[in-house]
Amino acid sequence: MTRRAEAAAAVASGAANGRPVIAVDGVGLTFETDDGPVYALSDVDLLIGEGEFVSLIGPSGCGKTTLLRVIADLERPTAGTVLVNGLSADEARRQRQYGYVFQAPVLYPWRTIEKNVMLPLEIMGLPAEERRERAKRQLALVELAGFERKFPWQLSGGMQQRASIARALSFDPKLLLMDEPFGALDEIVRDHLNTQLLKLWAKTRKTVVFVTHSIQEAVYLSTRIVVMSPRPGRIIDVIDCDFPGERSLDIRETPEFLTVAHRVREGLRAGHAYGD
Amino acid sequence: MATEVAARPPAPAGRRLFPAFDDAGPVIVVVLVLIAIWYVAAVALNAAVVRDGLDRAGTAYTTSDLVALTLEQERPTLPAPHQVVGELWTTVAATPPTSKRSLVYHGAVTLSSTLLGFVLGTLLGIALAVAIVHVKALEKSLMPWIISSQTIPILAIAPIVIVVMGSMGIRGLVPKAIISTYLCFFPVAIGMVKGLASPDPLARDLMWTYSATPAETFFKLRLPASVPFLFASLKVAVAIALVGAIVAELPTGAQAGLGARLLSGSYYGQTVQIWAALLAAAALAAGLVAIVGAVERLVGRLMGAPR
Repeated sequence: MTRRAEAAAAVASGAANGRPVIAVDGVGLTFETDDGPVYALSDVDLLIGEGEFVSLIGPSGCGKTTLLRVIADLERPTAGTVLVNGLSADEARRQRQYGYVFQAPVLYPWRTIEKNVMLPLEIMGLPAEERRERAKRQLALVELAGFERKFPWQLSGGMQQRASIARALSFDPKLLLMDEPFGALDEIVRDHLNTQLLKLWAKTRKTVVFVTHSIQEAVYLSTRIVVMSPRPGRIIDVIDCDFPGERSLDIRETPEFLTVAHRVREGLRAGHAYGD
Repeated sequence: MATEVAARPPAPAGRRLFPAFDDAGPVIVVVLVLIAIWYVAAVALNAAVVRDGLDRAGTAYTTSDLVALTLEQERPTLPAPHQVVGELWTTVAATPPTSKRSLVYHGAVTLSSTLLGFVLGTLLGIALAVAIVHVKALEKSLMPWIISSQTIPILAIAPIVIVVMGSMGIRGLVPKAIISTYLCFFPVAIGMVKGLASPDPLARDLMWTYSATPAETFFKLRLPASVPFLFASLKVAVAIALVGAIVAELPTGAQAGLGARLLSGSYYGQTVQIWAALLAAAALAAGLVAIVGAVERLVGRLMGAPR
């Protein structure tokens, strides 16, 4: 009964932010291992509206990546349903409704940067002229113009990750799923890319689901923060985070920012105590 | 035109197709040391026979006479390098390549079945690897046979294949190539199974998010990822394809080929001829491996390998 009420509330809050793009309802995922079942996700409800930037945050092992992979149909939930734009996760994947950015750039080393960005376009069967044109446009958007003919190893880690974002955007999906895309980068590069990502988001108005374990990153980027807790992976808090549209890195010093960051930290701490 | 060519800067060392020639110094030293050891060994191994002969003839001799004689026997236990080089010179350069006495002629015969067997073995190895990677059941059912096929000595298999195929009216090039195929499909299959399975899970997940077909995943991910593994296997394969072709020439007393030279040399105690054929085979193998290596670097360059 309570779950139903919570779900209804979640629907309401999601609807308030626009047409729901992602509807996660009662999702659970249990991995059967040799050491017994592992409850990666348990009873997760989440609605994400069009144009939102939602961060999933939590300690490692809390199922935030698993939840993102369930939305992307990279994992099949053992309970509940996931709808993406009203379609099943499988159907949405087949229709290439989302672009996915992994923890690592996953650029194919034998392809130039341009050819890597063109990879999804090749699979979608776009004509060569259009592929090249789109790759050029997306690479310009992530400030990699002029690097079309370079191979991945000739680029820094941050540039590689930007190229992988350009690849995810190349076929213009309305939804961008990002799994700790800047987790492996140093803080200076990460700050820079966060600013770039916000600009990109403002320009393209994509719906973004962003997995991170950095409180600063989550608060700086998101319109809504979903705090998760491990064993079993579940949502323990959802925090609205509506700072003005044009955010600069300086807002991280403001009291509003610190208040939200504090609430996220409290949520993480509570979840951790529960986990112990 | 000439000025344009002259104006072009020399290719940097790392970009050459045959980088082995870049640091020739140490290589030359090693070769010289090996030749010196060879001479010492030739003197030591041949001395007994020579001394025996001199004693029987009752001739007086000095040590330098003895040494000189050990290096110019007609059928030495171990021929000296210059004798082998002399034999190579007369049979390679001084004899027309169409002659049955020409080592070029015999080398070409062996090379043709080597190359045919290499191509067939590579295709077979790749086909098996593709099947094994895509059908889980085949890994368990095929792999043991592939591995046990290589535990049987090729010397035991070769006569059977040659005789069976001969009775079916298939002689000459093809049966020898089959022996080469039998040997060289193995490293290709093993290397390609590894190579086709080498893309990491995220790279495969990426294809999944694009809902790519298995064929697209194969040609755009698995196959390019397997190329380094393929070339490592091909270097082994081309060398053992040559071994296979030579072994295949032994059991039937083939009329032509490096194997036939080895066999006739050992019938008649022509050790110089045996060593010349051996060196020719070694040079051929080194050349083939070098060519595969050059193709590997060329392909690597096209596929953006760091230089």
